[in-house]
Formats: sequence, C-alpha cells, structure tokens
Amino acid sequence: MDDARATIMGGLRAALGERRGAQEQVRARLAAHQRGTIPARSQVARAAQVALFEQMALAAEATIAHVRDDSEIPQAVASYLVQENLPAIIRIAPETRLQAIDWAMQSTLTTSFGASDGSDAVALVSAFSAVAETGTIMLHSGANNPTTLNFLPDTHIVLLDEDRITGAYEDAWDDLRKAGGMPRTVNFVTGPSRTADIEQTLLMGAHGPRRLHIIIRKNGS
Amino acid sequence: MQIASDKIRDRPHVGLFVTCLVDVFRPQVGFAAIKLLEQSGCRVSVPTPQTCCGQPAYNSGDQVGTRKIAKTVIEVFEPFDFVVAPSGSCAAMIKLHFADVFSDDVDMKARAEALAARTHELVSFLVDQRGMVTTDAVFPQSVTYHDSCSGLRELGIREHPRRLLDTVKGLRMTELADSDVCCGFGGTFCVKYPDISNRMVEDKTSAIAASGAETVLAGDMGCLLNMAGKLKREGSHVETRHVAEVLAGMTDDPAIGEGD
Amino acid sequence: MEAKTHAFSANVADALEDEPLQRALQKLKQGFVVKRREAIDNLPEFERLRAEGQAIKDHTLGHLDLYLEEFEAKVAAKGGQVHWCRDAGEARKKILTICRSVDARTVTKGKSMIGEEIAINDYLEENGIEPIETDLGEYIIQLRKEPPSHIIAPAIHVPKEAVADVFRETHTDLDPERSLEDPRTLVDEARSMLRQKYLDADVGITGANFLVAETGSTVIVTNEGNGDLTQSLPGIHIVLASLEKVVPTLEDASTILRLLARSATGQEFSAYTTFSTGPKRPDDLDGPAQFHVVLLDNGRTELLASESREILRCIRCGACMNHCPVYGAIGGHAYGWVYPGPMGAVLTPALLGIERSHDLPHASTFCGRCEEVCPMNIPLPKLIRYQRRKAFERRLSGRVGRWGLALWVAVAARPALYRTFLSVLLFCVSLLRPRCTRFRWLPLASGWTKHRDLPAPATKSFFQIWKSRGSNSNG
Repeated sequence: MDDARATIMGGLRAALGERRGAQEQVRARLAAHQRGTIPARSQVARAAQVALFEQMALAAEATIAHVRDDSEIPQAVASYLVQENLPAIIRIAPETRLQAIDWAMQSTLTTSFGASDGSDAVALVSAFSAVAETGTIMLHSGANNPTTLNFLPDTHIVLLDEDRITGAYEDAWDDLRKAGGMPRTVNFVTGPSRTADIEQTLLMGAHGPRRLHIIIRKNGS
Repeated sequence: MQIASDKIRDRPHVGLFVTCLVDVFRPQVGFAAIKLLEQSGCRVSVPTPQTCCGQPAYNSGDQVGTRKIAKTVIEVFEPFDFVVAPSGSCAAMIKLHFADVFSDDVDMKARAEALAARTHELVSFLVDQRGMVTTDAVFPQSVTYHDSCSGLRELGIREHPRRLLDTVKGLRMTELADSDVCCGFGGTFCVKYPDISNRMVEDKTSAIAASGAETVLAGDMGCLLNMAGKLKREGSHVETRHVAEVLAGMTDDPAIGEGD
Repeated sequence: MEAKTHAFSANVADALEDEPLQRALQKLKQGFVVKRREAIDNLPEFERLRAEGQAIKDHTLGHLDLYLEEFEAKVAAKGGQVHWCRDAGEARKKILTICRSVDARTVTKGKSMIGEEIAINDYLEENGIEPIETDLGEYIIQLRKEPPSHIIAPAIHVPKEAVADVFRETHTDLDPERSLEDPRTLVDEARSMLRQKYLDADVGITGANFLVAETGSTVIVTNEGNGDLTQSLPGIHIVLASLEKVVPTLEDASTILRLLARSATGQEFSAYTTFSTGPKRPDDLDGPAQFHVVLLDNGRTELLASESREILRCIRCGACMNHCPVYGAIGGHAYGWVYPGPMGAVLTPALLGIERSHDLPHASTFCGRCEEVCPMNIPLPKLIRYQRRKAFERRLSGRVGRWGLALWVAVAARPALYRTFLSVLLFCVSLLRPRCTRFRWLPLASGWTKHRDLPAPATKSFFQIWKSRGSNSNG
C-alpha cells in the first residue's frame, strides 16, 4: 500500500543498477560483523587497560573512587556526597545486586529504588561494562535499569566492576550480543553533561548530570 | 651550488611553462626558473606557443573551453622530458586535472596522463627530481613563507622551499602563523567576491606583520600579487617576491609592486 | 527553513559588518581547529580509520536499498515503525499524524538538521502544537527566531549579552533584576526552564547520526543530555533521518564514531552516545511506548544516481566549515539555508537546485582545506566544481563574466593571437600612467582595486623579452 516506499525503493534500485549476489553479500556482511581497526592504545595488558580507563575517564571530568567489595559501597557513596556538599538522599536502580547491599550500614543515607520522576538529586546505577579506549561507561535499559536515572538527577553515581572494563567498543558489543542483544537504550557515557554553546565556553552540567562519579569495585561478586 | 651527484646522470630537456601571470606581471621569475633549472643540469627550452593552463575556464565550470586550452598545452609540451612551472596551481592543473577534462576522449586522456607524469612545480622539481640541496644565493633579510594552497594540498609542497631557503646566505626565516591558510586570491574569486577575499587577505597581512619579517615569499604569482597589493594598500614596508627570485640570487630588481 | 540562498551578496555584506559574528568566527578558528588537531595527534590510527569509514559508507551506499530494508525489518521486529517519506511535505504530515494520534500539545526536540530541512517547527506551530528545542544552542536561536549558523554549534554567532537579553525577554517569571553576566548562570537558567518541559512533553523528536541495519537501532551523539531526555521521557519517540544515515553493523558504527567527535569538537567521544532500539520493552521502568523512524528521501535517491554521490558520505561533523576560510569570514547565515560551509556548497544546490543557490559553490577559492580535514574523505572541491559546471551549463553567471571567460578561452587557445592581444593590452596599460609600479584603480579591475593595489604589469612581458633576446636563456 505504501506508495512512498515503493517510489523510494524504485529510485534506489534504478540508481544502483543490477548487482549480482548483492543480497548474499549484504547478509554475509551483517552476520560477520567484522571489526575495523581498533586503536592500539587499549590493546594492552589488563592492568594497563584499567589504568587507561581511569586516565581517560578523569580527562573527561568524571571522578573515580575504589572499593574492594559491596560492603564498602554505602560508605563510599556517603563520603562522596559529604565531600561534594550534596544531600544524602539517593535513588537507586532496582537491580538485585544493588538491592542486596546493606544500605542500613550507612544510617546517614536515605535510599529508594526505581525510575526518576525528576525530583531526585542523586542517582546510583550499575554499569553493564566500560570502554577503556575513551573512559566510557556503557549502561543499558532493562527491567531493573531505568534510563531516566542516568539523565534527570544532578549527580550520577555509577558502580562498575573492574572486570567489566573492556578495551574497545567492539568488545562491549560482543558482550551485549552474548547477554541477549539490544535493549531499548544503550547509553555510552563519557564524563558529565556539558555544552560550549555560549561563546564557545565549555561548561559542565547542561541538561544531563553535572557530575559523574564512578565507583570501581575490585572483586567481581 | 651542490647537487646530489647520483641524480645528475642525465641532462633532461625541460619545457618551461612560464604561466600567464609570470609572463605579464613578473618576467624575472621566468628567468630565475631557467637559471635554477640550468644550474641543476637541465637543458631548458621555452616554447612560445604557450599561454595559460586553463584554470580560469576549469574553475568556472567550462569543460569545453578547458579542453581547448589543455589540448594546446599538451601538444606544445609533449616533446619534452619534463614540464616545469614556477607555480603550484598551474602545475597541479596540468598534473591532476587535465585527465579529468578528457574523461570521454580515450586518446587525449592518455596523452594528458602521460604529460601529467612529467609535469612538476619548480621548487619541488629541483629538490625531488634534480636532488638540489643548496643554492649559492645571498639574501640577508628576515623572510617568511606563505604556502600556496594548490602547491601545498594538491602537490605536497611544504618542506622543499624551506629546505632550500635554509641554505641561502644571510636569510633569516620566521614561520608565518597560519602559513597554510588561503590568502584569498582563488583566481576569479578575488574579483567576484572582493569583500570576502579582502577579509581573508587581511588575516594574511596581519600574520605577515606579526612575523616581523621584511620579505614574504611564496611560489605562486596569484598569491603574491594579492598579498603585495594588500600590503602596499595598507602602507606596509614588507616586500613580496617569488621564491625563485631569491633561490636564483636574482633579487636586484624591485620587489613586487615596488620601485619608481 | 526558508531558503535565502539567492541573497548571498546581501547576506555576505551583513556578515562582514557584524562585529560580534566576526569575533565569534575568530574564536572558532582557534577553538575547534586546534582541538581537532590535538585529538588527531592522539590517535595514530586516524588515517586508517578514515579510509575504513569511507569504505563502509561507499559499500552501504552501493546497497542502500538492501540495508534500508534490513533496517526496517529489524525496527519492526522490536516493535517500532518505519515511515517512508519522499519529500519534506510527506515527512511533515507524517509527524503531525503521529503527534495528533496522542493529542500532543508539546513536543521536545533534539537537534536535527533534517528537522530544519523540512521546517517542522513552523509546521507544528501552524497546527497548534508547540515544538520546544532542547539543545541549548537550538533553544537560543528558537527564542531569537533565527536559523542555525553552524551544524554543530547552532548559536555560535550569538554573544552572551544577546543570550541574556533574549532570556530576560522570554523567562518573564524570573526576577528581572537577576544577573545574567556569566555563561554559567545562562546555562543553569536554560536547564531549569527546560526541565519541566521535558517531563510534560507528549512527543520527543530526535535526529539520528546513524541508523544501524543489523539491529534496527538509531544513534544520537550529544554532549548535553538533552537528546536523551527528549527520547526517554515522552510516550512517543520519533526519529527523523535521511536515507543515507544507514550503516550495516554496530562495529561499523563504532569505526565511524571514532572519527565523528574527534573531527567535530576535538573530543575523544561525546559525553552521550546513545543507541535506541524500538519502544520500551514490557518490563522496562521507563521509555517511550511508541518508536517511529521517519525516513526522508528529499533528493537523496537523485544524489545517489548523480556524479555528486560522494556527498552522501557526510557524517555532519562540521570540520569542513570549521576549517574553511570563506566560512570563517562570513559565518553560516550567509549561506542562506540549513547547510553552510563547503558541504553546504554541494548539498544546498543539490537539494534546492543550482538556479537558486549558485553563489554557494562559487564562493570558494578551492584551497582544499575542507577535503584535507573531512573524516570521510569527501572530495569537496571536486564536488563544488561539479556544481559550477551545472551553473555554467545553465548560464547562471552574469553576462560580463561569461563573455570575459569566452574571450579569454578564445584567445588563450590561439597563442599567436594571445601574444598580439597581450602586447596591445600592455601598451594601453603603460599609457595610463607611465612608469607606474602599482595602481590604486584600474578600469575593469575595480573588484581588485577596491581593497588592494594592483601591481603594474611588466613593461615588457616575458615572451617579449625572450623574443628580443633571440630565445636564448639568461642572455
């Protein structure tokens, strides 16, 4: 029924002419998802990769803290908020693992779980993985990962397992494919929100979070 | 004057493509080119049936007109071992664009490509093809250098003039800020859009003034006329010459736009 | 956006007199140019990635029909809808229909050049729907009721005092005495004024830097977070994209993404690069219930069939205009339509017709800096020259110019005639002011002498001297 589609497709086919084996070629290329050149900087030994991630994230104006395991997280979050002079109230992604943390350990913290309605100052989420090449966090939407937590609150705290740091984006895509494919939203986040739209002056905190704080957890689980 | 000896095994016959702007505005550049080419061991001829490389027609979108001119150039210059022009834009026109205007004519295209392979801008020819490493010129002035766009981006000419100028006695070189930014000549552009061209050449003369140099050099007459014209209009004392004049030690004449 | 491409001369005159614009352009030349250079120096693989990016796009364009079909199938599989639109009119109507289906009153918008191309904002307003630009630069120019002047930094021409003025005029609920000196306060004010609008919007429209065929995903590359708020809060997310945005796989997108931010702003990666695939999933806690991709042709199939096909590789990074000395002298508004600078000099005549816009490809010196920095290796000077050929064939230049050129060609192709012609000319010039070394004015040369002296021609041409020496060398 769609005339527009037919016209456009007809125009494309006329422009491109007959191409033998094109369908197979396209199918094969899509299935292979071959990688292009991966910059050498992230193709290094594990320790150097982690160090690269931290260096690049800091250069993008994120801040970083380290914890050894889940028990240290509440304290790490609380002290960050005190340091930044922020209210000790956080909205947390309702991930099983985040819910299992003993938040009560840090009595100064008020916690709640769920998406954001715009009234939250601080959000805490968990990263799917991270890309050392550019110091980038990879987040994705899901039943327990509301996207609004990544953009509405002023302060964005991201929990990242050290062994989820990969070298390049291509590694992250392979991990995502293994985990079941594309969610509604995949966010690559590199530092806080920023703009240079006023007289080319760079300022943090345009519409998204003003601060990005990454807590890197050493032990996997 | 020294030439790396392994390059001078032959005595090639060079056809000098004078260029229309050198012919009309600054003949001494043509003579400087001949002197340098002979010093580098070439036999130089200057065929008289030459006029223009065809850029004005080509850049105006006139394929037919360009073909007419290009055909003449090819016929006149084919007999030579090399075609050398004291201009990046004219050399690039022959070297990179002639084949394009004959895309429908297999024979002419082949002839254009053959000529292209033997066509060079002057300074890069001296350095790359003739192995020239020094000059015996003297020019005790502070100098800065403007990189003409065609020479720079179409032919990769950047180090060649600097290397040779480095060997000119007494010459003190200061790099021009934004030396690789267009001076605003652009052929017919400067008369079709004079106000935009002016804005661009103002940036260029500011940079020249900031360099503190007494003389500005370049390898293309279009750029040189443009910069000299603006410098003089601004009352500047900075002089303008073609780099060939300095390399050939032929700087007794007044600089461009100077004199009586 | 209404085209003012025919008014190029007037636009240029205004631009050259506009001091705040000239200051902004000076800053641009130091800013983006330097940052890009640094970013590229930090990536040894840049040249190889450029070649790969070019190859990806060329391959995709060579099978654009098949990749678009694949993209459409994947979008549908995830619960989204693709709408094919032949021209701006169809795209506008389609967007209105979608908005009307939920009685939309307000629509938030991420930055979209296609949105400008189809003039969607005016159309929505005419139909009782309020479009709200959320990118800070777009928000500023929306309030000022003017078009963008750069494809990455739309308000680059607006000084902070002017931003303060328009904020004061518009945000009337705030204290009129408040200080708006500092860009920081301006950004914070925009943030707080737009916050509720994001939450209230019924529909969010974004552009797309890429459409990924493998997964049916659309990609936006931003720094502010406005695009993400636009596309995740309202119940409907509409993506507006032209056909050539397609790339085959996620890996292909990643290769080209390595080129994009670097070439545009000198960043390693933008703050937010987001891949969206269909509407929210059943268990998701947030996200839009509907996902629509409006695919626009509007001249792309014609371009694909033409000799200017290579312009379709453009990834809208803005590097060409950042490095163009002509753009750097006149800014974006002078080009009169959505796309300024070198890529605009090709795309605007291709989409609007050369008749209306022939000044754009002529206002270039062919310096080649654009081609040098284009991450997709688009031969911009060559494509601009093609537009000049079209203009020449349609006799769009002034009569004087055409006759002058015809005369030049006729004479230059006949060397003997040329020599005679030239000796006569030189003789006449020497009569004007004998022994003059430069002219402050010369008949027929006022374009030159308006701003520059013209060094006098030599008293004898090279060939006159050569002939008199008996054709010897330095005799």
